[in-house]
Amino acid sequence: MPYDQQRILARAAREIEPGQIVNLGIGLPSQLFNYIPDEAQVLVHSENGILGGRPCHPDEAIDYDMIDAGGAYITTCPGASLFDSSMSFAMIRRGRVDVTFMGAFEVDEVGNLANWKIPGKFSPGIGGAMELAQKVRRLVIMCSHNDKHGNPKILHRCRLPLTAPRCVSRIITDKAVMDVTPQGLEVVDIAEGLSIEELRAATEASLIIDASRVGSY
Amino acid sequence: MTRLAQKLTTVEAAIARIPSGATLMVGGFGSPGTPFALLDELLAQGQDGLTLIKNDANEPGIGISRLIEAGRVSRLITSHIGLNRVAIEEMNEGRLSVEIYPQGILAEKIRCAGAGHYGFLTDIGLETDIGMPRREIECEGRNWALEPALRADFALVHAGLSDRYGNLIYNGTAANFNPLMAMAADEVIAQSFQVEEPGALSPTTVHTPCAFVSYLVQVPMSSSEQGRRAHAV
Repeated sequence: MPYDQQRILARAAREIEPGQIVNLGIGLPSQLFNYIPDEAQVLVHSENGILGGRPCHPDEAIDYDMIDAGGAYITTCPGASLFDSSMSFAMIRRGRVDVTFMGAFEVDEVGNLANWKIPGKFSPGIGGAMELAQKVRRLVIMCSHNDKHGNPKILHRCRLPLTAPRCVSRIITDKAVMDVTPQGLEVVDIAEGLSIEELRAATEASLIIDASRVGSY
Repeated sequence: MTRLAQKLTTVEAAIARIPSGATLMVGGFGSPGTPFALLDELLAQGQDGLTLIKNDANEPGIGISRLIEAGRVSRLITSHIGLNRVAIEEMNEGRLSVEIYPQGILAEKIRCAGAGHYGFLTDIGLETDIGMPRREIECEGRNWALEPALRADFALVHAGLSDRYGNLIYNGTAANFNPLMAMAADEVIAQSFQVEEPGALSPTTVHTPCAFVSYLVQVPMSSSEQGRRAHAV
């Protein structure tokens, strides 16, 4: 079942504040690059060793020594720096990255995240996800609300091996924006045209919904 | 350590120092920083039973994937091999033993060996299963995972610019694991696109001081390969 990636991207872009240091995960989050306005003065961090990367314009010459952690060719923006992978992860572990965006297989009510391994099916490695999830100041998950068979991905408890426990701040799907709170998952926004009942039916996790405060996107 | 004046050598002579069964660190994160010319010579010379330590497995048909495809690698210590379906198949079929670490932990294990330490204490992955048995140590009232340092017999690294003594400068994101590995192996073989006379490099721009480099070979820029999966955002 195709899902509305544009809705997720446009909503996720509003999470980035001017002057922040931001990390964009592989896949859908990496497309956020194109939603960051130049005047925002945001520096995008990538695990291989760059702070201040940006996509090459179509007419720009490619430097084959310049990629982000997902393998995309990039160049630098004003204020950028280059360094080795150990320093790159020191930046992550010391909490110097303000916000990171990642995809997910499963997220649950207490903010547990599973996005690196499906035993027996998918185990290409951990990469930087575990350290980012555990140490970044704010972790925003961008994913489809349900998998391609329609099964919920927002669960009571994750069933797959965890990337990190209790690490997620906010979840943005094609159906809702949800915050992880001490009381549980609180719905911030519901996708335009979707009812509260439809959202609950598509979600395994219990949702806290105050209809008078919920926005749309 | 090799005398300064004797470091510059041929790719054949440098790679001939590596015996079968050796443990090798290989620089590079994806294609940038991968010492392609050194790896291709290693393939040509036929050493086998190798243990490779590299962030990733390159992509099918290039870099260390050629060695894996030729059956020369018995063990791979890495972080993420998602761009190489051949390596994943070899792993799943049990022909290639793969040890996987979180990326920054792998980098730090190498940096730690390069700094002459035994290991370090970390809380990364303490509450998750990283698939590896880890010793836990209590220190100052809380638990930590002990991560032993990771060393190697040889490191193969790539620099964009160097001098004859082996001072190295990396371009762009091609630094990645190279400066760490250049400190963590007993013998370090560096390849460089451009080798200048001592004095030509500004000392403040050197990334890896020549003290860490055993042998240096000059390779043509055409030996470099671009990842086929690399893409525009």
